[in-house]
Amino acid sequence: MTLPPLAYHALVGFVVLNVVIGMVTYVTLLERKFPARMQSRIGPYYVGPHGLLQPIADAIKLMIKEDVVPTAADRWVYNLAPIVFLVPCVLIFATLPFAPGLGVADLNIGVLFFLAVSSLEIVGLFMGGWGSNNKYALLSAMRAVNQIISYDLPFVFAALVPVVLAGSLQMSVIVEAQRGLWFGAYPVIGWLSFIAFLVATLAAENRVPFDILEAESELVAGFRVEYSGMKFALIQLGEYAHMIGTSFLGALLFLGGWLGPGSDYVLIGAFWFLLKAMLVFLVITWVRWSFVRIRVDQILAISWKLLLPASLVLLLAAAFWVAVRGGHGA
Amino acid sequence: MHDTVVHQTVEIGYGGSERLTMNMGPQHPSAHGVFRAILTLEGETVVGVDAVIGYLHRCHEKLGETLTYVQYPSIASKTDYVAAMTAELAYVSAVELVGKIDVPKRAQWLRVLAAELQRVASHCLWLGTWCMDIGGALGGGATVFLYAIREREDILDLFESLTGARLLYGFHQPGGTRYDLPAGWTEQCRKTLDRVEQRLGEYEAMLEDNAFFLVRTQGVGVISRELAQEIGVSGPLLRGSGVNHDLRTAAPYSSYEAFEFRVPVETAGDCYARYRVRMVEFRESIKIARQALDGLPEGPISSRPGVKSVGQVRVPKGEGYARVEGARGEVGCYLVADGGAKPYRLKWRGASFSNLSVLPHILPGVKVADVVAIMGSVDPVFGEVDR
Repeated sequence: MTLPPLAYHALVGFVVLNVVIGMVTYVTLLERKFPARMQSRIGPYYVGPHGLLQPIADAIKLMIKEDVVPTAADRWVYNLAPIVFLVPCVLIFATLPFAPGLGVADLNIGVLFFLAVSSLEIVGLFMGGWGSNNKYALLSAMRAVNQIISYDLPFVFAALVPVVLAGSLQMSVIVEAQRGLWFGAYPVIGWLSFIAFLVATLAAENRVPFDILEAESELVAGFRVEYSGMKFALIQLGEYAHMIGTSFLGALLFLGGWLGPGSDYVLIGAFWFLLKAMLVFLVITWVRWSFVRIRVDQILAISWKLLLPASLVLLLAAAFWVAVRGGHGA
Repeated sequence: MHDTVVHQTVEIGYGGSERLTMNMGPQHPSAHGVFRAILTLEGETVVGVDAVIGYLHRCHEKLGETLTYVQYPSIASKTDYVAAMTAELAYVSAVELVGKIDVPKRAQWLRVLAAELQRVASHCLWLGTWCMDIGGALGGGATVFLYAIREREDILDLFESLTGARLLYGFHQPGGTRYDLPAGWTEQCRKTLDRVEQRLGEYEAMLEDNAFFLVRTQGVGVISRELAQEIGVSGPLLRGSGVNHDLRTAAPYSSYEAFEFRVPVETAGDCYARYRVRMVEFRESIKIARQALDGLPEGPISSRPGVKSVGQVRVPKGEGYARVEGARGEVGCYLVADGGAKPYRLKWRGASFSNLSVLPHILPGVKVADVVAIMGSVDPVFGEVDR
């Protein structure tokens, strides 16, 4: 029995959405257990065996919390912001295939879709900061616009290097082009653009050392300082979904996606893909817990003076390399 | 009218001007204690700072007039609760100075040992909280914080077995110390010192090899030598600004002249210089503590008989100022005695208070993020500021 295409895609979309939300929930546990080991602590331990049920408990706690709206807030903007923030963060999973044929939609402009949609999160972020009518939140929203605009450019350029090397914007084609040699392991151009991608990822996701939006030592919690309960949970969900989405993209573009021993079977391929994506996520977490945050002006300087020219040069180098070799593929 | 320039104020919704007034504290994640800084911002840049203190005022000096010389040392430790040993030492030194009370050699050395361990513990807390200010409680700063707190715990364990208390000790009393070293304490102390010293290198590797840490601290919050001397800052701040002044060598008390150590001096005057000074002080304090353990003289620990009543110590009429080098700088106590069992007047000189008063001079012009970095590098303890 074959389902009509619309129903099939709706079903797959539903499954992917739930997988993503489940992953987001459990990634928060990883983010607490892993630094706990780094910091010679134990981390969550008492809810379930080894704290395995902690994310569930957190989710329930956030759901039953009182929802406070500040009196002076711009109610419409304030209430809408978490949704506007969350939607693009979840939408980015639409074009990410987990394995050959296992994905919502393997568009022929998949990378473009991802990059375009993922940068929309800034709208919700700014709405939250503005609508809260809080000075810390306002400063954070200002920083957000500064930072995300600065870092989206190197992020896009770094992500375009594999696109140029593979000669396609379609995720599955990019992955298949890496059979034999991952773009992350591609000599010089690949290594450097993978590093540039990771750095830009840290900034685009507001992670330490570029987490000046949250910056709890000066801005308390940044743009979400006034949010509580489920709205706060939605923002957290969006942030982690975006982070996982970018890790997925990193695994697809640079680490060969589902390619690996036995990847002809869809499930083994999906396993390899998730493993690589989690590896990227772990690197991001590792950086988070070992670096200190840098200042706004320094962040902008790094972006405009170093990362953007470097990623442009890499993109040009990749283009020249493809032209000289006269063809695409690794 | 056409030749008059009309100034138009751009409304951004906060106070009707382009300037934003932001409250940092008294309840703020990076406020060390209950400090309130009313910042005037233009964008991200601080253009004005109004420092408000007094949220932790507990009438310490008045308390000093109502409690006897025997009772007050345990309260003195509550002025600077992060380095309680040196606060107690300042008070009992003043009592001994005015009352001309001798202190046996062993007690003096025990006081040095306690003061230096306290300096290590206090600097541990400073390192952790300062890194948390720079790095964030949800970032690398928290990692350093937890490491540093682990070392502070070890020192506090030592204090616990020495005095029975972990934060506010009551170790000193006029004429000597209240407790002698328990059995096995020396070995435990040596082990702890070795461990702390070895881990210091790890922290330095983690921080100084990190370019982000360097750009956040180097050239940030520069206190010039002239400003430092004019304001009257002391301790690591003063030494970080190129002034070689440490009361342990400048005006030795409690047998400090018998110890060999180096006073670190940095000339840059920025946050990094203050960090370097404190990192060297860690090691020098460990060195002094080892010397104290090695050469601890035998003898009584107090020149006075054991305390039987609270009014037992009486100080003849007179006045005097005793000062010691605390973890944050010069901790002083000015005492006026009227011959009774309680002081007539007691005046504290808190190192944090004087150090904090440098902030309005160096904060204007920096970015918001640097405010917390600079405030952390000053290392204020609000028990000592507000008293």
